[in-house]
Amino acid sequence: MDSTARRFEDNARTALDSPTLQAALAKLADGFPRRRREAAERLPEFEELRDAARAIKEHVLDHLDLYLETFERRVTENGGEVHWCRDAQEARETILDICRRVGARTVTKSKTMIGEEIAINDYLEENGIRPVETDLGEYIIQLRREPPSHIIAPAIHLSLGEVAETFRKSHTHLAPERALNEPDALLAEARAKLRPDFLTADVGITGANMLIAETGSNVLVTNEGNADLTHTLPRVHIVIASIEKIVPTLEDATTVLRVLARSATGQDVTVYTSFCSGPRRPGDPDGPDEYHVVLLDNGRARLLETEFRDILRCIRCGACLNHCPVYRAVGGHAYGWVYSGPMGAVLIPALLGTHEARHLPNASTLCGRCESVCPMRIPLPRMLRAWRERLHRERRTGWLARIGLAAWAFVAARPRLYRRLTAPLVRALGNLAGARRRFRVLPFLGGWTATRDFPAPEGETFMTLWAESDRGRTKP
Amino acid sequence: MPASPPPAPISPKVGLFVTCLVDLMRPSVGFAAVKLLEDAGCRVEVPSAQTCCGQPAWNSGDSADAATVARGLIAAFEPFDYVVAPSGSCAGMIRVHYPELFADDPDWAPRARALAAKTHELISFLVDVRGLTRVAARLAATATYHDSCSGLRELGVKRQPRALLATVAGLELREGREAETCCGFGGLFCVKYPDVSTGIADVKTADIAATGADLVLGGDMGCLMNIAGRLRRQGSTAAVRHVAEVLADVTAVPPIAGT
Repeated sequence: MDSTARRFEDNARTALDSPTLQAALAKLADGFPRRRREAAERLPEFEELRDAARAIKEHVLDHLDLYLETFERRVTENGGEVHWCRDAQEARETILDICRRVGARTVTKSKTMIGEEIAINDYLEENGIRPVETDLGEYIIQLRREPPSHIIAPAIHLSLGEVAETFRKSHTHLAPERALNEPDALLAEARAKLRPDFLTADVGITGANMLIAETGSNVLVTNEGNADLTHTLPRVHIVIASIEKIVPTLEDATTVLRVLARSATGQDVTVYTSFCSGPRRPGDPDGPDEYHVVLLDNGRARLLETEFRDILRCIRCGACLNHCPVYRAVGGHAYGWVYSGPMGAVLIPALLGTHEARHLPNASTLCGRCESVCPMRIPLPRMLRAWRERLHRERRTGWLARIGLAAWAFVAARPRLYRRLTAPLVRALGNLAGARRRFRVLPFLGGWTATRDFPAPEGETFMTLWAESDRGRTKP
Repeated sequence: MPASPPPAPISPKVGLFVTCLVDLMRPSVGFAAVKLLEDAGCRVEVPSAQTCCGQPAWNSGDSADAATVARGLIAAFEPFDYVVAPSGSCAGMIRVHYPELFADDPDWAPRARALAAKTHELISFLVDVRGLTRVAARLAATATYHDSCSGLRELGVKRQPRALLATVAGLELREGREAETCCGFGGLFCVKYPDVSTGIADVKTADIAATGADLVLGGDMGCLMNIAGRLRRQGSTAAVRHVAEVLADVTAVPPIAGT
C-alpha cells in the first residue's frame, strides 16, 4: 500500500474528529490493557517468561545466519522450498510465479502482516488472481479496501454498524431484512461467503508468528481457525515471513507463545495454534502438495548493526499499541502505513525512510508505557529518541525548531544571561495575567492555547526570590 | 547504571535543582521543597549556576545542545551529597539519561555517572533515602494523584507520594483508573502535535472528573500545567497543585492556572 505517513498531522486530525473511531478506541483502551494485566497476574512467572523470551530472540539475532540456514535445510528435507527475497518486489514476483505455475485463480489468505508490507493482494489482483482474506477482521478491511489499523485487530477502528454496512454493499445477495446487528450474524455471513472460497482456492497464503529452525516449521496463532483451512485445503501453501521470525527450537517457540497471547489479547493461549512443517507426506490424511516459505529481508538485516536492532525482537503482539496514549488518541490509520503505534513508529522509518516517516518518532510523549508492557522488553522510547537523533542529524526537523533549540541552549548554558532574560518576562506575564492566573491566548504559544489555557507564572522566579532571601544572600 | 549511593550522612548536604518550570512558573514549589528537605534533616543549598537539565534538546535528538547544558549542571551540583529535584522528569533526565548522553565522552562519562547516582526526585528522596513516613500538614480536599511518566517508569515513584499524602489531615485520596496514563504533555510534543496532545489530555481530564476529586496532585510541573490548562478550558473548577505544596503545608498560593 502507499504510505501516508508524511501526512501524519492531517491523518491525526481526521481521526480525532471521528466519533465512531473515538468510541472504538475507547473500547480498545478499556479492554486490552485490563485483559493483559489480568493474564499476567494469573501467571506468577510472567516476568521471568518475558526475560526468557527476550533471551531467545537476542540469541537468534546474534546467530541469525546460522538459524536461517538450518531452517532452510530442514524445510528442504521436509519436501518444501525456501525463497530468499531481498525486498518487497522480489517477494511479490516469487509468489506470483508460484501462483502462475500452478494455474491459480483464487488464493485464500490468513493474516500476514508481511503480506500487507509487500502489498501482495494488490499485486495478485493486478495479475488476474483473486486474493480472499479469511480472517474476519482482514476480510472486512479487504472489502473496504483499507489497510489494517491494528496489527492483531485489523478492523478495530470500525463499529458494528459500519461492518454491517460494508457487508450489505459487497454481499449483494443479502436480503434487506436480514439482520446484521450482532457479531454472530456478521460472522455467520462471512463464514457462509468464505466457505466456497476455502474449498476452491488453489493456493493458501499465510503469515508466520514464528519459524522454527530445528523442525523447519512455521507457527501460526489464530482465534478463528481460518489459518488451518487456508494451509490444509489448497494444493499449495505459501508462507510469507520476515527473517527475524526465527526461533531455534520447538521449546523456544512454546516459550514465546506463552508471552505472546497473554500480551496480545490476555488469553493464556490462542484458540488455534498451528504448526506446519512441509507438504503432505505419504499417509498424511490432508495437507498441501507444495510448501513454500518466502523469506523476506526488506531492510531488516541492515538494522542488525544499528541502534534499531532491538526492534527485530518484536513478536507483533500489539501490546505497545494497546497501551500507547498516542495510538489511543488517533488509531492505527493515522500512522499512514501497515504498522502503527510505538513499534510502527520505530519500524516504519527503517522500512520507508526518514523522509517519509519523520513525524512518527516525534509524535510520541516518550511516556514509556510501551516498553513497560513489551513482552520482549524492547526499549521503544530509546529507539524513538534515536530516530529523532538521526532526523536532527539529517536536518529533517524544522529550521525554526533547530534555531530555537540552539538559541535556548546558548542561553541555558549561561545562567546569568538566562536569569536576566527570563526574570523580566516572567514578571511581566505574572502581572498581565491578573487574578485569573491564566491566559486564553498567548502569542507564540498558539499550539497550546488553541485548546488549553496557559497557566500564569507566579511573577518572580524562584532564583530571584531565593537571592533576595536571607538564605540566598549568605550562600554561594 | 548508576552505582549504589554512598552511605547516607546524618545531615546530608543537598543541592536543590529547582528545575526551569518551577523556577519560572511556580517558585512556591521550590520553597516547599526546601522546607520538606530541611524538615527531613537536610542542609539545603541552591547553586546559582543552574538553569535547565537539557531535556528539551535531548528529547529533540539534539545531543550536542543537551550536552552543553548538562555540563553546566553537572559542574554546579558535583559538590553535594545529593541532588534533589521536585520533578520526576528532570531527575530522570539526570539519573537515567545523563550517563547515556555522555557514554562516549571519556572525560564527562564518569562525572555524569557519579551525579546520576546521587540524584533523586524529591518525594522518593524523602521517603526512600530519608525514611520520612509522615508530614505535619492539613488540607480539607478530595484529591486524585497523577503519576507522571518519567517519575513512575524511570524512577519508580508511585507509593511514596501516596504514603505521605495519606498522613495529611483532612485529605482524601481517590485513585483514578487512568492515574498511570500519560497526560499528553510530553515536553515539546504538546506544542508540536497540539491536537494529539489535547486528545490525550481529554482522557486524563475525563478520568479526573470520574473520581469526583476537587484537587489534582502530581510531581511534575509540565504535566500539571497541561492538565490544569485543559481543565480550565473545559470549565472544570478542580484545583491543580504540585504535591510538594500540600506536603509542605504551603497552600496559600492560588492553584496552578487559578480556579
